[in-house]
Amino acid sequence: MLYRENGQFKTSYRADQQIFPITQDRVFIGLLLAVAFLGVPLLASDYLYASIFIPFVIMSLAAIGVNILVGYCGQISLGSGAFMAVGAYGAYNFFVRIPGLPLIPAVILGGLCAMAFGILFGLPSLRVKGLYLAVATLAAQFFSDWMFLRIKWLTNDSASGSVSVTGLQVLGLPLQSPAAKYLFCLSVLVVVALLAKNLVRGAIGREWMAIRDMDVAAAVIGIRPMYAKLSAFAVSSFIIGMAGALWAFVHLGSWEPAAFSVEISFRLLFMVIIGGLGSIMGGFFGAAFIVVLPIALNRFLPAFMDLFGVQISTAGVSHAELMIFGGLIVWFLIVEPHGLAKLWSMGKQKLRLWPFPH
Amino acid sequence: MAFFLETLIGGLMAGMLYSLVALGFVLIYKASGVFNFAQGAMVLFAALAMARFSEWIPKWTGIDNLVVANLIAFALAGVCMFVVAWLIERLVLRHLVNQEGATLLMATLGIAYFLEGLGQTLFGSDIYKIDVGMPKDPIFMLESAFQGGILVNKEDVIAAAIAAALVVLLSVFFQKTTTGRALRAVADDHQAAQSIGIPLNRIWVIVWCVAGVVALVSGMIWGSKLGVQFSLTTIALRALPVVILGGLTSVPGAILGGLIIGVGEKLSEVYLGPFVGGGIEIWFAYVLALVFLLFRPQGLFGEKIIDRV
Repeated sequence: MLYRENGQFKTSYRADQQIFPITQDRVFIGLLLAVAFLGVPLLASDYLYASIFIPFVIMSLAAIGVNILVGYCGQISLGSGAFMAVGAYGAYNFFVRIPGLPLIPAVILGGLCAMAFGILFGLPSLRVKGLYLAVATLAAQFFSDWMFLRIKWLTNDSASGSVSVTGLQVLGLPLQSPAAKYLFCLSVLVVVALLAKNLVRGAIGREWMAIRDMDVAAAVIGIRPMYAKLSAFAVSSFIIGMAGALWAFVHLGSWEPAAFSVEISFRLLFMVIIGGLGSIMGGFFGAAFIVVLPIALNRFLPAFMDLFGVQISTAGVSHAELMIFGGLIVWFLIVEPHGLAKLWSMGKQKLRLWPFPH
Repeated sequence: MAFFLETLIGGLMAGMLYSLVALGFVLIYKASGVFNFAQGAMVLFAALAMARFSEWIPKWTGIDNLVVANLIAFALAGVCMFVVAWLIERLVLRHLVNQEGATLLMATLGIAYFLEGLGQTLFGSDIYKIDVGMPKDPIFMLESAFQGGILVNKEDVIAAAIAAALVVLLSVFFQKTTTGRALRAVADDHQAAQSIGIPLNRIWVIVWCVAGVVALVSGMIWGSKLGVQFSLTTIALRALPVVILGGLTSVPGAILGGLIIGVGEKLSEVYLGPFVGGGIEIWFAYVLALVFLLFRPQGLFGEKIIDRV
């Protein structure tokens, strides 16, 4: 009833091409932003910030980056963890070596490091495709694992690559309370999501999608595969690198190379696929699912098993968690292989026509 | 020179074991076009089953002959792998026919998580050992040619021999039996195979069973070398460069790729490692495979990739 676009006439090209052409969508997004920026800080506790909100915001950012590469440009990558690591350690190096560097430039510089790394490891994509490329990107992952463990210069001579940062500042204000950290990450996310959305709507986004759908055909109609693929790698690894820097600086505080293992790469890919390939919105859904699921399982599984009179040990919980996680992923892929974003758009379509079926 | 040969032989032995794991990948990819990331979890699952059954059987039945107990344990673990293969086909693959490669890849990752959890729930999560009576003592070879001879681990030689025997067995199975021919037909073209009456679903179960047995054998060998523990799953990641080097669709490629990677890893670690701080084994294999792919994108023996608009 409420979700109708009747009577909303577009009188200019600009109005027709805006991100949210329907008024209700704009209102909804505005409300969502208001809740995220004002509602959450009023209600959330420190525990919720540290375990759900901050990880969710940062992982959404990373998922947007992965989605640009995998969902829009069609280059399957299992090296996202490495891009995050390079972003984190790159930002760390600038932060330590330039005294008094504020957080925002450090994060951006970290993103630029990840971008260079991403372009380097994106070069094989010009020759190799599909699953071969997926395996090839694992090279980036293992190389970065090794690099931050063994090359002492990159970790400021700290033992086994574990480093920590203190005294974060944004625009002269200290970044200490969980609420401040959350708001900072959220602001970065909103800015980047807006930029990414506009990028994929524009000429370059269409080039990426053409490459994804059929790269030979795209080359025939005059799209340069090298430029398109490498730009996707650059943009994607820049965003993932920024997410990595935020993850390390704001969420973890002190970290070691194992924080960005191949496990993170897999989880990021899960987020993108469960959320929906080729959709900025999907990144948010996927991140929410993957971040919240383990916490929810951890919290409710023992209580749930108690109902049946089964006592479950801590090790048992972690094994059951693995099983349920794996099982749910398979189930999701079977039920909705196009991800949660597809459900979302189907729901919207249905609402628009309601109460008629067609 | 003796040292070089020793490293070389060590590399070849390790390579044989990698190719055993790689074989599991290739079998499944050939038959169903699924890139099976769960191979590592299957190795862990099989090894856990084998280790625990060989521990439990003397207790249950009173058989204290090591060989008999191990044989029964092997058979029981094999049955477990058959059940797993059947369930995977029945519950997962059947519903995901005609999906994209990335979706199938993710599904096998989901299966991997599930199997890791299930295996540890059923069989426990400590470190277990498999004792199949392999001799651990090293032997010296070619003492006449070099002073002091070349040190070779007997266990490695036996493991390599088992791997080689399995490969020969599999190639005979693929080339000479009716089922093997059906498997190759499915690998070539699903639709054509189905249209001449080959049951796709049964073929998939069979191929996952074969991969399960391969996982069991590699789990047994790796398990008796390193102990059965969670880190066995990472062996699959070590074997991935082997697969892309050899080509995803080629059994001989998996063998030769394994040997190249095994030798490359060992030689690089010994001769290159000291200059860059050691521990380069794990990524060197990937970089080797990557450089190789730049010249032959389909791997050593993979089918030539032809793009048509």
